[in-house]
Amino acid sequence: MIPDDVKNFPVVAALSSAEPEAVLGAKFDREELTLEIAAAKIVSVCAHLKNEQKFVRLSTVTTVDWFPEEPRFEVVYHLHSLERNERLRLKCRLAGANPEIDSVTCVWRGAGWYERETFDLFGIHFRNHPDLRRIMLPEDWEGFPLRKDYPITGNRV
Amino acid sequence: MSAGDIPGVTVVETEPAEQAPEVDARPRRMTLNMGPQHPSTHGVLRLVLDLDGETIVASQPDIGYLHTGIEKEFEVKNYQQGVTLTDRIDYLAPLSNNLCYCLAVEKLLGLEIPPMAQWTRVMLTELTRLNSHLVWLGTHAIDIGAMSVFLYCFREREDILRIFEMYSGQRMMTSYFRIGGLALEPPRGWQKRIKTFIDVFPSRVDEYEELLTNNRIWIGRTQGVGKISLADMLDLGVTGPMLRAAGLKWDTRKAQPYSSYEKFDFEVPTRTENDVYARYLVRIEEMRQSARIVKQALEGMPEGRWTADAPHVVLPDREKMKTQMEALIYHFKIVTEGFGVPAGEVYQVIESPRGEVGYYVVSDGTAKPYRVHVRGPSFGNLQAVPCMIQGTLIADVIASIGSMDFVLGDTDR
Repeated sequence: MIPDDVKNFPVVAALSSAEPEAVLGAKFDREELTLEIAAAKIVSVCAHLKNEQKFVRLSTVTTVDWFPEEPRFEVVYHLHSLERNERLRLKCRLAGANPEIDSVTCVWRGAGWYERETFDLFGIHFRNHPDLRRIMLPEDWEGFPLRKDYPITGNRV
Repeated sequence: MSAGDIPGVTVVETEPAEQAPEVDARPRRMTLNMGPQHPSTHGVLRLVLDLDGETIVASQPDIGYLHTGIEKEFEVKNYQQGVTLTDRIDYLAPLSNNLCYCLAVEKLLGLEIPPMAQWTRVMLTELTRLNSHLVWLGTHAIDIGAMSVFLYCFREREDILRIFEMYSGQRMMTSYFRIGGLALEPPRGWQKRIKTFIDVFPSRVDEYEELLTNNRIWIGRTQGVGKISLADMLDLGVTGPMLRAAGLKWDTRKAQPYSSYEKFDFEVPTRTENDVYARYLVRIEEMRQSARIVKQALEGMPEGRWTADAPHVVLPDREKMKTQMEALIYHFKIVTEGFGVPAGEVYQVIESPRGEVGYYVVSDGTAKPYRVHVRGPSFGNLQAVPCMIQGTLIADVIASIGSMDFVLGDTDR
């Protein structure tokens, strides 16, 4: 759960009172705060952080593949508050089969391309994304190159 | 200027005019493909424009032509080898990317970098900013029709590239910053070279301004063009000079200083007009401020080593390697297997010439990064193109996207 040294951070305290079920874990390491969020709650958590806690910027969205561990994928969001001069990392774990999570484009429009990139390279499906297409690779590409089980070299047969 | 007159632009498809029963002859709607080989898109950006006459109704940027899988490549290189990949991401600001990646890995390692290396990093990163802004100014002016500015800008850029060459042996892909400090000892006589350059540079900026700032054609093409609200920009992930030209005084160098930027005295220029002209003025002023930083670094450069005291990370001096057993062992280990980095994750952000560069590095304790994600400023900035050019004229598209100063290598990675 949430370790004691992190509990008193204003962000964590406010978020766990507004969304008591959402925060699954937290870590403060190398002066960076990471919160693990229940995947089903990502949109309401982001909306709360943006509207109530002034995290007006979404810096980036990406994924880490922990293959062969399960749940395999870790979708990572980096938030930034100009006013508080703080950065925050959110993480959601997703299972390897059919990884799906709600899109946060309704909170920040700028999430659009980052989620498309994550979809393109990891095959994470973002529900309710207005335009979920490949962005880096050709439309007819097969496979998701940044997954750990995708080889770095070799010819397609 | 009609669409067909622009070089490199081809009309790909025309929709039949919507059944227009009235006499009101509405101009035909047209879809126009601009790029990816268009000279003014600075690389391989493709814009699909939906036109009503010469007005843009909607647009769709298409990227990925320069995707090289750099993030995958990081996972099979050891940490130190990764530095060479960072050069190739944003090829107009290689040292900014070197710096961000090195800072991220150094944060994971908990390395203390000696002041001399930190100051040299600041000095060269600011020269990189000058280099990048000069290329931007020259090419942006050419796009709009001012040919001569390009020649002036590239004259100074050449001086900067020579300085890089003197430091690292390379003009562009320098890889001069390494995890643990600098790749080499600064060359003999560097002070003189930097001083010669930085003493004349401010007067060179005056020259560019003389050509452009009060130029009626320049003002006519740039003032009031490319407007987009600050709220939209923040929402869409735009960073850097674009935000500062809209009045937001945000600069990572001031807000979250890294590599001893807090010890330097400089201003963050802002404008409020939020158009192409304001972005030009902001970047011009940034050049002057960068020159100030370089000058301070030159005058106050601390003495000392250029690498951290970390024998397991930094290669030993040649002399020590040949005379001391311990140094030889470290040398062998670093060269053959690299160095392990404690497990953990770090998101390091710096202010590059284009905006916020972020490196998210995940380590699993081995000698190769488990995952490296690069947040390139151009990717975030380009996302705002449709919002910015909607409703404007096709002739202003080039001025608008030019004012964003994107690099496609940084977008596509």
